[in-house]
Amino acid sequence: MTVARKAYVRSSAAAESTAGPPAVASGPALIAEGLSKTYPLGEQLIRAVDDVSFEVQPGEFVALVGPSGSGKTSLLAMLAGLLRPTEGRVRIADQEIAELSDRQLTRFRRRNIGFTFQANNLLPYLTVLENVTLMLSLNGRTNPGSVAWAKDLLEQLGLADRLRSLPSQLSGGQKQRVSIARALIHRPAVVLADEPTASLDTERAHQVVETFASLIHDDRRAGIMVTHDLRMCRHVDRVVQMRDGLLERIVDDPEDIRALSEGGP
Amino acid sequence: MTVSLAASLAIKEMVRNVARFASISAVIALITVLILFLSGLGEGLGLGNRQYVGGIDGDLLVYQTTADLQIAASQLDRSVVASVRRVDGVAEVGAIAFASTVIEGAGGEDEPGLRVSLIGVEPGRPGAPPVLEGPGFASSSGNEVVLGRQAALRSGATVGDVITVRSTQGAVDERYDLRVVGVTSGQQYQIAPSILVPLIAFDRVKPKSDASVDPSRLPFNLVAVRTVAGATPETVAARIEQEVRSVRAVDLVTAYENIPGYAAQQSTVDTQTGFTLVIGILVVGGFFQIQTLQKLGQIGMLKAIGASNLMIATATVLQIVFTNLVGVSLGALGTFALAATFPSTVPIVFQPGNVAVAVGGLLVIGPFGGLVALRSALRVEPLTALGLGT
Repeated sequence: MTVARKAYVRSSAAAESTAGPPAVASGPALIAEGLSKTYPLGEQLIRAVDDVSFEVQPGEFVALVGPSGSGKTSLLAMLAGLLRPTEGRVRIADQEIAELSDRQLTRFRRRNIGFTFQANNLLPYLTVLENVTLMLSLNGRTNPGSVAWAKDLLEQLGLADRLRSLPSQLSGGQKQRVSIARALIHRPAVVLADEPTASLDTERAHQVVETFASLIHDDRRAGIMVTHDLRMCRHVDRVVQMRDGLLERIVDDPEDIRALSEGGP
Repeated sequence: MTVSLAASLAIKEMVRNVARFASISAVIALITVLILFLSGLGEGLGLGNRQYVGGIDGDLLVYQTTADLQIAASQLDRSVVASVRRVDGVAEVGAIAFASTVIEGAGGEDEPGLRVSLIGVEPGRPGAPPVLEGPGFASSSGNEVVLGRQAALRSGATVGDVITVRSTQGAVDERYDLRVVGVTSGQQYQIAPSILVPLIAFDRVKPKSDASVDPSRLPFNLVAVRTVAGATPETVAARIEQEVRSVRAVDLVTAYENIPGYAAQQSTVDTQTGFTLVIGILVVGGFFQIQTLQKLGQIGMLKAIGASNLMIATATVLQIVFTNLVGVSLGALGTFALAATFPSTVPIVFQPGNVAVAVGGLLVIGPFGGLVALRSALRVEPLTALGLGT
């Protein structure tokens, strides 16, 4: 498989059509501060996430790693505004998301966050192009320029010949690349990916994450990827390692990241 | 924007999953066929019982009190007719008598005849329906007959023909030739086509244990009463019951509702229709619910990426309404096409009003059945997309 990796440059029409949220925030794109989440279990309280703080800058791609049950998915859900934290706060694109009502939060996610999920990523009855432009439609930004932009993005992801294909006609890797395009098409401040390589073989997993990282860097979005596969860390700028709900460590030295991705400590 | 996007998603899903939505529509179509047939059967059976009585060109029917509104048990004589006619508010009266007979086929005894209701009327008086074809009765005593529409169709007789009716007189089977002098509208009584004869001919032709006829008595079952313009039928009925001994006067609806078996038959069919509607709601609701359960992940994903509940609800409702509309339309067309192939002996009648009520009801029950699915769709949490939903 060949993945086009040309520069992530928008045409002027496309740039106008996707105008909306700030293209690049001046400070950190995402700030998590003292985030905790507790769940009641019988008479006990389970602390799924315990006082986690970190920031992600525009153009930075961060991996959130840890064993099963370490709290990384709960943390991702809080960063996405899908789960209200018990304590702490999340700030995205200069907006404290705890201040938003459910309806405002829905609108905020639609405009400022891009998602890729482990499963159920695409609507099976929409074509590749329709799945991607769905985000533009939800934001009321569909026009010929934006559709051209979607085609351009899909071409960069090596899917130019699959625009009219349905998800059932795609491989696992192709589906994930479509979901990456959908996560980026509306130029969100933050892109969140939950185990995007879970159903892919190693080669395809590396291709998908490498492409993802490239697009994040080129368009200066803040990307956070939850993964249990440490080998994928070689494509990221920083690794946030979780254990038992606690932030165990943050790895940002390229040599340390490489060592981690190769199975080192 | 929300509605147009929801409509676009709903249509694309239906177009690209035609088999799934067509199967739901097919089930709705079958339920529609069942309900329309039950409704038509109820109307047909009801009409078969009440068509003549309900269509009498009068306002009241007078019974013998002890008959308890059972037509066959009511036995009145000419003196009652005269007494009723004298009551203030009565414009016109006509005696009516009922019996059963058989129109003999061309093959005589070897061929099964057509069983009909034999109705004796006084020509030109209430109870004698207007003739649509032919000259009508020339006298009140001739061997003449007016055929109800169904009797004419099923016997093949036309104006000018002579039909032979078979009737047991004492212990002997007698045959009477009657000349067809007219055809009137549908006049069924007791789920049988009717033939109408003058009252004197009726008394001669009707089956009886004693073959001798006493024209001076001419007993009959009912007196049909037409009230004067402006009179209130209820008031006239009360006056008749007060001034004429041993009679009871009721309106036509009360009269046919008391035809033996009519009320039980109608309530049976109505109950079946009601059960079918309830089952229809459950089946349609179940289908949509299963479909929604299969899409929980997709719905969660849509909500996570920013689709509003309004959009999800609009798309769901549009699909339910459209699928239901297609199913009901196909079912209605199928019912009418199927009914056209049925022989005239099958008592199914589609009255526009009843069909409109049934179709309208079905168009409502589909979305009603889908409410549970809608509720489920709205309760899906966006967290489901991350596998964390409750």
